[in-house]
Amino acid sequence: MSEDTDLLLRRILTDMLGLKPGQADAFDADTGLFGHLPELDSMAVAGLLTELEDRLDIIIDDDEIDGEMLETYGGLLAFAEAKRGS
Amino acid sequence: MTPSSWPCPLPGGGTREEFAIQFDAGREARLLIVPALFDEGNRMRRFTVEVMRRLDAAGVDSFLPDLPGCNESLQPLEAQDPTDWLDAMTAAARYFGANHALGIRGGCLFTPQRLPAFHYAPVKAAAILRQMLRGRILSAREAGREETREKLAQDALEHGITLAGYDLGADFYRHFEPMTASAEAVAIAQEHVGGSGLWLRAEPDENAAQAGALAAILAGELPA
Repeated sequence: MSEDTDLLLRRILTDMLGLKPGQADAFDADTGLFGHLPELDSMAVAGLLTELEDRLDIIIDDDEIDGEMLETYGGLLAFAEAKRGS
Repeated sequence: MTPSSWPCPLPGGGTREEFAIQFDAGREARLLIVPALFDEGNRMRRFTVEVMRRLDAAGVDSFLPDLPGCNESLQPLEAQDPTDWLDAMTAAARYFGANHALGIRGGCLFTPQRLPAFHYAPVKAAAILRQMLRGRILSAREAGREETREKLAQDALEHGITLAGYDLGADFYRHFEPMTASAEAVAIAQEHVGGSGLWLRAEPDENAAQAGALAAILAGELPA
């Protein structure tokens, strides 16, 4: 399950950022996202969360979204895994 | 590719010229393309024109009109209503002599009813608004303001709302939200085009393989 979420999340980021295959493999827990990548503005993050909902079959409430979970790849992955497990 | 214009009907009567891009060689297959909406429209525009170039090479004429209030249009977006957009696309189809229509993403909501239509990756209006509202909540939060979806939706219905820089009037919001694409159209899913949809990109991008695939699907269905 955890591995699947990791893989799905890397795939979503690849699709959103237009990365080459394999490029997202270099993301680790500390890789910066929102606030670090200029192309990830608020509309892009909104799109990212919608894709997460669609592909992981989860619903994300607006008040669950905070800066910490969006700041790093590790934060986002932990959030997605927790949502999927719950 | 030729820049062009067409007389767009105004709700109060009369017309106003709106911009369009066209590939017109007087051929049998004439396709009206209704562009993707709002920020997706920006991200998909280059792809859309690339599809038109490939349709031209395959012997298909195509026409890409602006929706009033969008792209080069000088009409105020906040004064638009979805009915105006449907009327506008119907008028554009008639003016250009289109015999088929293609909607792209949210553009699928506005393909003229009288034409056989293809819908590329159609999306519900509610899903478009949901994502734009989320973008607004996130940017407000970043600026230290707290906004809620319920309050924003209520404001939108009462006074209109600005989402992702687009001024949507209260009437537009109310009439747009329940819209879904016609089930009669031929839907073309992203999996038939291959790869991931370019509307997902954080920045506008292009993809020659996808443009070629979509044009080939369309050319195969249209009269030669």
